[in-house]
Amino acid sequence: MDLYEYQARDLFEKHTVPVLKGAVATTPEAARDAAADMGGKVVVKAQVKVGGRGKAGGVKLAVDPADTFEKASAILGMDIKGHTVHKVMIAQAAPIVDEYYISILLDRSNRTFLVMASVAGGMDIEEVAHSTPEKLAKVPVSAVDGIDKALASKIIAQAQFPADIADQVGDVLVKLWETFQSEDATLVEVNPLVKTEDGRIIALDGKVSLDENADFRQPDHAALVDSATANALEEAAKAKGLNYVKLDNGQVGIIGNGAGLVMSTLDVVAYAGEKFGGMRPANFLDIGGGASAQVMADGLSIILGDPDVKSVFVNVFGGITACDAVANGIVQALELLGPKATKPIVVRLDGNNVLEGRAILNAANHPLVEQAETMDGAASRAAELAAK
Amino acid sequence: MSIFINSSSKVIVQGMTGSEGTKHTRRMLASGTKVVGGVTPGKGGQVVDIDGTSLPVFNTVAEAMAATGANVSVVFVPPKFAKAAVIDAIDATMPLVVVITEGIPVHDSAFFYAYSLKSGKTQIIGPNCPGLISPEASNVGIIPADITKKGPIGLVSKSGTLTYQMMYELRDIGFSTAVGIGGDPVIGTTHIDCLRAFQDDPETEAIVMIGEIGGDAEERAAAFIAEYVKKPVVGYVAGFTAPEGKTMGHAGAIVSGSSGTAQAKKDALEAAGVKVGQTPSETARLMREILGR
Repeated sequence: MDLYEYQARDLFEKHTVPVLKGAVATTPEAARDAAADMGGKVVVKAQVKVGGRGKAGGVKLAVDPADTFEKASAILGMDIKGHTVHKVMIAQAAPIVDEYYISILLDRSNRTFLVMASVAGGMDIEEVAHSTPEKLAKVPVSAVDGIDKALASKIIAQAQFPADIADQVGDVLVKLWETFQSEDATLVEVNPLVKTEDGRIIALDGKVSLDENADFRQPDHAALVDSATANALEEAAKAKGLNYVKLDNGQVGIIGNGAGLVMSTLDVVAYAGEKFGGMRPANFLDIGGGASAQVMADGLSIILGDPDVKSVFVNVFGGITACDAVANGIVQALELLGPKATKPIVVRLDGNNVLEGRAILNAANHPLVEQAETMDGAASRAAELAAK
Repeated sequence: MSIFINSSSKVIVQGMTGSEGTKHTRRMLASGTKVVGGVTPGKGGQVVDIDGTSLPVFNTVAEAMAATGANVSVVFVPPKFAKAAVIDAIDATMPLVVVITEGIPVHDSAFFYAYSLKSGKTQIIGPNCPGLISPEASNVGIIPADITKKGPIGLVSKSGTLTYQMMYELRDIGFSTAVGIGGDPVIGTTHIDCLRAFQDDPETEAIVMIGEIGGDAEERAAAFIAEYVKKPVVGYVAGFTAPEGKTMGHAGAIVSGSSGTAQAKKDALEAAGVKVGQTPSETARLMREILGR
């Protein structure tokens, strides 16, 4: 889960990483009041989870509360690369003399954590890495050892930070590691880390991503979820514990078991759909290994509730789960749904107890259900039905 | 032969007394795997009867190894306790630890992977994987044993159900070993580790490699194939239709920016001489052409 800047700021503050005063506002009035509380000049910053907001006009300096009201009015509701701005952060303005970069992240390729640090901050770090790689220090960090004061000093020296601020930046790096580790983050990025006229080191803007697998030991993280921007179907699926992702411009609803098989099913439907006017998958839905009647009913009801869906493809390989159990699940799900089930459903079963499974569906003889013997054949038929 | 496990592998089950652990211990035993005991901290000394096989339960992996001579551990412990279980196995210098558990925080898997590197004695497979099977010899994890038989194909995949699907497509030919390496961002055994082992395994004649979006493991595997693998490899990559920024079920299956796309992976594999199928069934056909069967 990616956090907004103001949420990252709050986490930094919690872990005593130096930050400026900041407040979040959803209306120009609240923005004005926050500026009045802070006093002096403030920066009004659009809260969107996408880069390039400054260039898009989403960051403005305001000289007083009245000006803050004006700037917040202009930014709220703005569209930045397809993201509507629902919140602004009001941040204290600070006189900056220098900008740096620090991040800690999960390095998947090398299966370790990684610190990146540079004195060339404030700009796109990928550009720095590309054009002046010598200005970006990259240091692997073992999850077992972490970052202590000594390692932090070494990293800061390697990144060629000026000697007069090395201690302060080293402190910040240790605190960022504490944030990264204790919050179960996969990314903690400060860009820019700034030096102010009075010599303070401050995290001016931050990005944090959190690992949802750790939610069981991070009870505070639930409050950071931004349900306002979630798709309604995705939210309904999440409430039922289903692994569902809505896809744009699709007509064929997909249900399958296992993430890899479902991803593959989406692709196979997209290929098959080319022959039927460009029919595409409308969603990803993995019902997992169990595939009980209730789970199948929950999944079908989500998919049948999607107005984009014209046909449904249920693709199950019976591994641990037997196909007869899955077939019973489909039959019972259709009973549970009754008249709410309105769209044709193509079912492909293979694997464990496949003959029994197919026999159950044949015997039920539901008018909406038809079977196909192969994944490719089923995908083609589902696309054909969607195009009708 | 086969890779990583064979008919003399002695397996203990960490979390055997839990419901998943018991269920899959039964299945592993039924497919002929030498399961020799279980580990559940606090339940040491108990004996569990599974379909007529009496299995001793130990408090630690070290005790279980000393008493049974086990050389493989399979972990069914819930996410909350998985890190401690894997560290227990590493401390005991267990040679192979197969972590089935789904939903382990990545800080925990990064920790136990780094810890295993320090020890240098333990290979981890997974987490969040279906395990591995050498048909008719040993089955460690949750892969159904009745899909196919022993044969000349080696298979490595991030995905469980795609592993089953591919084994099913090629069931008349059979497999030396099929390894599900898992779909998490940090895994103990990679495509490359399996490709090397298959290249070195005299019974494996050809290799199927299944990848999916996210990370750059497939690109790295492609470079390794070009350099080291002489046996024919066919590939399949899932996730061409996955949009950027959405996680597709596996924690690691996410396209971010220009990296991790299915097309980039397919291109890299083809550049290394791997024939890549557009669907699982086409991939199976490519394998049949190579083997002439």
